[in-house]
Amino acid sequence: MSTTPILSVSHLSCQFKSQGGLFQPTRLLRAVDDISFTLEEGRVLGIVGESGCGKTTLARMILGLQKPSSGEVFVQGAPLSSLDRRARARLIQPVFQDPFSSLNPKQTIKDIISLPLRAQGTFEPHEIERRTAALLERVGLSLEQGLRVPSELSGGQRQRVAIARALILEPRIVICDEPTSALDVSVQAQILNLLDELRRDLKLTYVFISHNLAVVEHVASEVMVMYLGRMVERNQTADLFKTPRHPYTQALLASVLTPEPGLGLPDVGLGDIMPDPAHLPTGCRFHPRCLKALPQCATQEPPLRKPTDHAVLECHLT
Amino acid sequence: MSAILEVEGLAVRFGPTQAVRHAHFTVHQGETHCIVGESGCGKSVTSLAIMNLLARNGHRHAQKIIFAGEDIQAYSDRQMEEIRGNRMAMIFQEPMTSLNPSYTIGSQLTEVLRRHRNVSQAEAEARAMALMARVGITAPAMRLRQYPHQLSGGLRQRVMIAMALMCEPELLIADEPTTALDVTVQAQILRLLAELKQELGLGILLITHDLGIVARVADHVSVMYAGEVIESGRTADLFARPAHPYTRGLIDCVPVPGKIKAGEPLGSIPGTVPVMKEGFQGCAFRFRCASATDACTQDVPRHEIGAQHHVLCHHPVTDKGSRA
Repeated sequence: MSTTPILSVSHLSCQFKSQGGLFQPTRLLRAVDDISFTLEEGRVLGIVGESGCGKTTLARMILGLQKPSSGEVFVQGAPLSSLDRRARARLIQPVFQDPFSSLNPKQTIKDIISLPLRAQGTFEPHEIERRTAALLERVGLSLEQGLRVPSELSGGQRQRVAIARALILEPRIVICDEPTSALDVSVQAQILNLLDELRRDLKLTYVFISHNLAVVEHVASEVMVMYLGRMVERNQTADLFKTPRHPYTQALLASVLTPEPGLGLPDVGLGDIMPDPAHLPTGCRFHPRCLKALPQCATQEPPLRKPTDHAVLECHLT
Repeated sequence: MSAILEVEGLAVRFGPTQAVRHAHFTVHQGETHCIVGESGCGKSVTSLAIMNLLARNGHRHAQKIIFAGEDIQAYSDRQMEEIRGNRMAMIFQEPMTSLNPSYTIGSQLTEVLRRHRNVSQAEAEARAMALMARVGITAPAMRLRQYPHQLSGGLRQRVMIAMALMCEPELLIADEPTTALDVTVQAQILRLLAELKQELGLGILLITHDLGIVARVADHVSVMYAGEVIESGRTADLFARPAHPYTRGLIDCVPVPGKIKAGEPLGSIPGTVPVMKEGFQGCAFRFRCASATDACTQDVPRHEIGAQHHVLCHHPVTDKGSRA
């Protein structure tokens, strides 16, 4: 493993201005707030959290689709902002959630997959043809399917197309934003298995965003838990699932419904207060929903601690 | 426990496509019956067919659809309107699209009751507030004056549940009620439905694709594939001894923390669900099934393999794990 991490994120923040209404002041929505982490080559970082926690905004900043308000993303040690679009595309590629809306309905599958190559402007037509055909086969599609348009394919097949398009430039990092959420379970399993095979064969690094913790447990080597723009806990996957330290992580894990009859429904104990990124609570952002909150949780921001070598935790409780 | 809904031999056709083929199941009072399956298996169409809400090109045919002791197949639109929202209530997947964005929560809640019962607006509002408190909505008086966009997804789904309960229904049909919600909210909503079932003796027909939900809330399960109920049984039996190769495969596909070692692939079912056309014969799963034989092109027998446990398969997996 190289000494420079393949992906490194340093104090990354993103704020949006939201209009409050005609006579209301503009509010600042802190979607992502001061997040730092590094990721070694070949690893899979799972990002989990409820809707509105900032996980997709973080992914968009890593992809270079959203300009950070402050902070920087480094890929192989080089700041992302110093790279142009073509160089960025050769390093990082996305796979999005909905394979129905992320593929151009009027292009053939082959054209969709080869577009990143053509956009580079440096590849010969026969090279484009050869690479596209090889990749079609690699993701489990036939050459004949390459001539069709997206509406003729099923959801799982379209997600295979999205994966092929992401891999055609042989990137180092793939950002998967809820890649299987729109798919049926039997198809989800096919796609997860395919992603894992590809990662090992091509030595890829994944950032894998999902709201499904069971899926994250299966694919990720380490997991980051986000709450209202903050990273509240990060750890190796096995350790995080064995000893969740943050009360929010504990609640998230408790809410996973595994297919085991007789266990009944868990009492997650998070109450009815929904997190609102436009109105952040003072102190620890999780304290209004936290069952174990101490008096200082409402007033002081929790310290960042390292309980073990790999674990990062932001919580007042010990 | 008496049956609140009995469906036998239900078939739904859209042009040449057979969306549902001889489906059968029974929902008892105070029981949650889950219909589980992948997209396109006919589970939502089944629920719409029961309520007679199919699109115009949909044709329904059944041996019987008995609701509270009466066959409702021959009911006129008017008679069905009397039942729907009143004795038979529904909750859909996306609460934002099932609530009208330009009316307040209060007016939508009270409308249901005033449509079916001879009550005043004040009485209806009192019942709406009592029910909103019951389903866990804080400050119901304030919420009555709010519009759907002012509520979070979880609160909207609670409003939908309160609305469904306004007329004290006997049957609640819930089509993927928590699919659009966060996992943390999902558990809360499902707990609420389970409590209400106990308290009110409701029969619940829950439609879902999520086997985790099925295992945790269902008393009885029907697994649908390509329009047919291919296996049905009590939840514990079905998960302990899944007899249909499809049910087995489906259970293996679900990732469970700690079940599969790192680096091992998940179980998966190759291929996709076929579209059923008229004249199709044999088992619809045979194209994806590892134990398919020539016999599977013939009509499939229904085996009873345990108390209330049925399977539609030529080669069901028996108790010992060997194939019959």
